[in-house]
Amino acid sequence: MTTPLLSLRGVSKSYGPVHANSGVDLDVAPGAIHAILGENGAGKSTLMKLIYGVESPDAGEILWDGAPVQIASPAAARRLGIGMVFQHFSLFETLTVVENVSLVVPGTKQELTERIMLFGREFGLEVDPLAHVHTLSVGERQRVEIIRCLLADPKLLILDEPTSVLPPQSAQKLFETLRRLAGRGVSILFISHKLEEIRSICSHATILRSGKVTGNVTPKDFDTHELAKMMIGRDMPAFARPKEMEQGASCLEIAGLTLETDDPFAVSLRDISLRVREGEILGIAGVSGNGQSELAAAISGETPLPRSMRDSIAMMGRNVSLLGAAGRRKLGFAFVPEDRLGQGAVPELSLVKNGLLTAHARGLKQGGLVRYGRARAFAKDCINAFDVRTPGPDAEAGALSGGNLQKFIVGREIMLEPKLLFLNQPTWGVDVGAASAIRKRLIELRNSGCAVLVISEEIEELFELADHIQVLNEGRLSERLKTSETRPEDIGRYMIESAEAAE
Amino acid sequence: MNAIEFILSGMLAAATPFLLAALGELVAERSGVLNLGVEGTMAFGAALGFIVVYNGGGHVLGFVAASLGGVLLSLLFAFVTLGLRANQVATGLAIGILGLGLSAFYGKPYESFTVSGIGKIAVPGLSDIPVVGGLFAQDIVVWLALGTTVVLWYVLAHTKLGLLLRAVGENPKAANSIGYPVVLIRLGAVAFGGAMAGIAGAYASTIYTPLWADGMIAGRGWIAVALVVFGTWMVGRVFWGACLFGAVSLGGIAAQTAGLSVPSQLLTSLPYLVTIIVLGVISSNRTLLKINGVPSLGEPFEK
Repeated sequence: MTTPLLSLRGVSKSYGPVHANSGVDLDVAPGAIHAILGENGAGKSTLMKLIYGVESPDAGEILWDGAPVQIASPAAARRLGIGMVFQHFSLFETLTVVENVSLVVPGTKQELTERIMLFGREFGLEVDPLAHVHTLSVGERQRVEIIRCLLADPKLLILDEPTSVLPPQSAQKLFETLRRLAGRGVSILFISHKLEEIRSICSHATILRSGKVTGNVTPKDFDTHELAKMMIGRDMPAFARPKEMEQGASCLEIAGLTLETDDPFAVSLRDISLRVREGEILGIAGVSGNGQSELAAAISGETPLPRSMRDSIAMMGRNVSLLGAAGRRKLGFAFVPEDRLGQGAVPELSLVKNGLLTAHARGLKQGGLVRYGRARAFAKDCINAFDVRTPGPDAEAGALSGGNLQKFIVGREIMLEPKLLFLNQPTWGVDVGAASAIRKRLIELRNSGCAVLVISEEIEELFELADHIQVLNEGRLSERLKTSETRPEDIGRYMIESAEAAE
Repeated sequence: MNAIEFILSGMLAAATPFLLAALGELVAERSGVLNLGVEGTMAFGAALGFIVVYNGGGHVLGFVAASLGGVLLSLLFAFVTLGLRANQVATGLAIGILGLGLSAFYGKPYESFTVSGIGKIAVPGLSDIPVVGGLFAQDIVVWLALGTTVVLWYVLAHTKLGLLLRAVGENPKAANSIGYPVVLIRLGAVAFGGAMAGIAGAYASTIYTPLWADGMIAGRGWIAVALVVFGTWMVGRVFWGACLFGAVSLGGIAAQTAGLSVPSQLLTSLPYLVTIIVLGVISSNRTLLKINGVPSLGEPFEK
């Protein structure tokens, strides 16, 4: 066997009492596409930070081309020939593409512009070198990141969840690029929790669970079910499509909502129309950054609508266009925002106080004073009913894991007995177990007659949950698709429709 | 000499203390560091410069001493904010007060003393033009300040160093992840800002009004800080802003000599009123602020 390009021997890293990585061994061969597979919180990101020099291991050894090395900083990693494409890009939005590249790769602007175009054609990574990054779509930004890495001529390229921001068709294009790179002898470390894509492009896979390596396999030899079992350590919860419900009165109706923005980093909403009825889950699919945040703020009541839009949003049969967030909640509307820490909950406050934030009207206060006994009981009920793993109701919200905090927030909103529940990215960054628990609750809620609106990037999730799906792309919402009569590829087509038309 | 000629000929010199201090602060803020100690740093530089010039050290040595003094204060600021990651606003205010105190302490024996300024260099031909000719007869420091403005504009817009500075200010985490030493770059930017503030102070105390009086900086450091926002972190706009303030402050004097019956206190507050109005107008243009603003401004960097 040839010497591995990169070897890890017994690498460990702890953050306080949490063992993010313990005794990890890893060998990456030259020219291999090697997957690191694991669910959220399994230690994939920590491992990559160790390899890329962002963090230093507590114990263990890293070998590069067979020789032990200390990777003390990202700069040191880059000198060795390690490049990394981050999940949340490390691009500078106010600079142009070529300026971004020139911060990493030596050469004049002229030379770099030509090299970017040449590379783009060769690897299918076309992008305008003179465009400002903030004007680019998410897919284009990823291409810029990859080009910037490649122009530095790396021997090892690390990609952190690269397809989580791409529609399925663009993901195929990315895989084609990666295969060509591997063909040139570049090793690729591919981090993901999506089993299908790992089976289709990776030659090796190392599986992480709770910070430990639980398997080294050739992914093609296993089916997704077996890989999933290795990844989460038990069988995937069986899933059956919920049966159709009789749908009742309309709880949310948006008609022709157009919202122009003067913020160059935000998306304008164009002619949005949708309807959610009792006993229905409507899913909004699409890649983040296509107007999700703007739509969420318009529905929750955080963005005041202009007077020309004063008839555009109705809830429970009442025109709420000019009502604020509190007014809409009074009508039976509940909202789980995308950002758990900061918007959904206040990290520094206890769960009791976080419960108060939206549940105060349920008898938790009297004459403007808080009734702590009742508030505590409310938080306790929520913790028990929604299986939130925490020392107790006085724990700080920020101390909970992402999955447990999300269960608490979703539970808090469900306990308000809303008529209309709206969730933005409900399972983002949440471990598999908590995610499936949250989905189960949402379906129960729907079956009890609540109207549910879910914005999600995960197509699989929407197929599990939603009765109908609409796709948000560049601020426009597609027609209403019946989930049972739609395939994921159809959704994918809507996700890139106008982008393709432009190309 | 009528009022317009008076304002035109003196405008650039009046603008120079604002301009120098604001350019230094602009560089620091572009890297993501908000140093509110400019006023105190200017005062400290003014005192040091005056003492050196008064004791026969000459203007060159005076300016060197002032810039070193400015660097010293800004390094103290950098140690606390970049090294210990303290709050930049609070630290900046404290350093500013320290600078004011030091200038009062060291300047005490020199109260009301004067030194001689330096001569003007006129551009042959241009300076003889009626009315606007006064613009082209300025002292060497004004000419150097104008040169610095052009150089700084070029560096920020067209060199890798400028890109790097903007990159660090926009997204320090990303800059770190592609291998740049964020703290070191910020340290350099803050030190540059300190040196410029020191020089700006020395210009005010040894050339523009060559006498020492406690509190002589009189809010010019604060105007410089405001100018950076006023100019949306762009060199060209900061330059025009400084000229505007220079002109407005002279306008007050011109109005007094013309015998207008406006209370002088009201006239001296004119620049501040202009600041408030312009800041309000600028803040309403979100596009400009987003494109040129510094998202990480004032936030300590943590890996």
